[in-house]
Amino acid sequence: MREKSMEELIRVTNLIKNFPVQKSVLDMLFSGKKQQYVHAVDDVSFSIGKGEVLGLAGESGSGKSTTGRLLLRLLEATSGSIFYDGRDISTIGKEELRRLRMKMQVVFQDPDSSLSPRMTVGQAISDPLRIQGLASGAEAKRRAIQIMEQVGLTPADFLYRKYPHQLSGGQTQRVVLARALVTNPEFVVADEPIAMADVSVRALILELMKQLKREFNLTYLFITHDLATAKYLCDRIAIMYLGRIVEIGAKDQVFRTPHHPYTKALLQAVPVPDPKERRKDALPRGEIPSAVNPPPGCHFHPRCPFAIDPCRSGRPPLRELSPGHFSACILEP
Amino acid sequence: MRDTVEKTILEVKDLSIDYPISIGTVHAVRNVSFTLHKGEVLGLVGESGCGKSTLGLSFLRLLRAPGRVAGGSIEFEGRDIMSMKTEELRLFRGNKMAMVFQNPLTSLNPLMRIRDHFFETLKVHNVFTNRTEAEKKAGDVLERLGIDRQRLHEYPHQMSGGMRQRIMIGLGLILDPEILIADEPTTALDVIVEATFVDLLKLLKEEYNISIILISHNLAMVAEIANRIAVMYGGKIAEIGTAEQIFAEPMHPYTQGLIGCVPNINVDQESLVSMAGSPPDLVVPPPGCPFADRCPKGMDICRQKMPPMKEYRANQQTACWLYE
Repeated sequence: MREKSMEELIRVTNLIKNFPVQKSVLDMLFSGKKQQYVHAVDDVSFSIGKGEVLGLAGESGSGKSTTGRLLLRLLEATSGSIFYDGRDISTIGKEELRRLRMKMQVVFQDPDSSLSPRMTVGQAISDPLRIQGLASGAEAKRRAIQIMEQVGLTPADFLYRKYPHQLSGGQTQRVVLARALVTNPEFVVADEPIAMADVSVRALILELMKQLKREFNLTYLFITHDLATAKYLCDRIAIMYLGRIVEIGAKDQVFRTPHHPYTKALLQAVPVPDPKERRKDALPRGEIPSAVNPPPGCHFHPRCPFAIDPCRSGRPPLRELSPGHFSACILEP
Repeated sequence: MRDTVEKTILEVKDLSIDYPISIGTVHAVRNVSFTLHKGEVLGLVGESGCGKSTLGLSFLRLLRAPGRVAGGSIEFEGRDIMSMKTEELRLFRGNKMAMVFQNPLTSLNPLMRIRDHFFETLKVHNVFTNRTEAEKKAGDVLERLGIDRQRLHEYPHQMSGGMRQRIMIGLGLILDPEILIADEPTTALDVIVEATFVDLLKLLKEEYNISIILISHNLAMVAEIANRIAVMYGGKIAEIGTAEQIFAEPMHPYTQGLIGCVPNINVDQESLVSMAGSPPDLVVPPPGCPFADRCPKGMDICRQKMPPMKEYRANQQTACWLYE
């Protein structure tokens, strides 16, 4: 359970991101069609406490990665605010933002494309120190070696001189983690950090992330499509569907007593590594629709087995079912 | 439960596959033997580089150069696939055994309508008579898979990811094969779509009695559908048994580690099993068990001699010195 007294590190209010849909030249010149938008993130609000892991789960196209990028201002929001440790960072300038990035780091899905093939492991890991002006020369190397040992990249002296292609998959993801942690951040956005890895490597990275969280007192936003992994790592979880958060709460609230029909469907669909517990229930029909013209009302209503008339118009608000557990479904539990 | 009279449809004996490359020869698959029964789903699981996809390609003789079968045999209903002549092989492919690949987006031609994909398949296999009949046949297959037959006239980009994957299955099923080989069929799919796909495979198995070899790294997905599971490591089968045995009583330490690595949504797990190290170099494979160096229970003999594959429990075979 999240305690009321927990201090907030991140607060996001009414975050919106629209991407314009590209039109052909002919359309622009001759057709009177209005500019269309992809409503990637559609009025999202949440907070993350210090030292907490918030999972952001959903299918592809739900807006979870866009939300992560907006938080770090790797993308500019259409509107809405982002507070970091009480300070509004949605409007701060480039220089201030650069300094702030020391505290906010990101780990992406594919370690191979996140690392330059022409930089050694040592250069990749110590580069953020130089960029941030925190250390250089021998001191930068010392700190890089230290963090390499902490993430299990050993023997660190030996691996320091290697290039990414000389490492195994588990090692490259460790390099990415080491690079993110070398500036001693407080907040890490991990965007599907294990999606590309093999089963055994996934387990290693998850364990490592857990251990690093304790050692560095980190706060994570863990973006994933895999609810079993989310359950393993997260304290709280938010479920996204077509740009909106449909349910958010403590891990046990969402996993044990899911309320939103979409959350229930997602949970049902998760394969269980146990042949004695095979799924028997039916699944919702269809697939996630386009975010260009999302269905009116509750976005999930065309696929929802419980949809009633009021679901088809008006956005259902997130309402609190029990302390800290919110669902955007108008049906009674 | 397994039936004692069940019929063997595919028998792989002592199969080895090599890839000669500049620095030597990659021994991708080494002395693999197993049988596939009529109407069962066999899961072929393992991590990248274990040889599972190479093995899957060899069943249809689709190995790309320089890959080649270095030894052993693959028998379909008693006929050796390896010795089939070109014409016999062409009739075998699609009619008897079909394959569904990983990425439906790159496997479908964006410039061809869905119906033309079906027509092409029928033509290649000499069973195309006329458009009306072929269209009816393709439409029937699509309906079996839950897709409106009108969509035959659309292009791949007009369909969702899950639908494209079903089209791929449809192309595999149009000739009514007895064995379907699906290599990572759900990696590009979302959770709910993946689950729908698993339901579809269950339906095919139950209603049409098709035998399926499901190649995947996703153990949880395989657990949802497989009757039996073969676990591969370093080009060899480490263990093979019923799905229940593999998940509840795994014998090989690699299987035990692999199962312990998978987060289970129904269980509150404190920690996952961490397997340090990486798979062996298959250019110079170790003389003993390929897992010996990472094995928590490794003994001297494990590094020196290859453990034999033996049935230590009914229906469960393992290659591990611990049980000798």
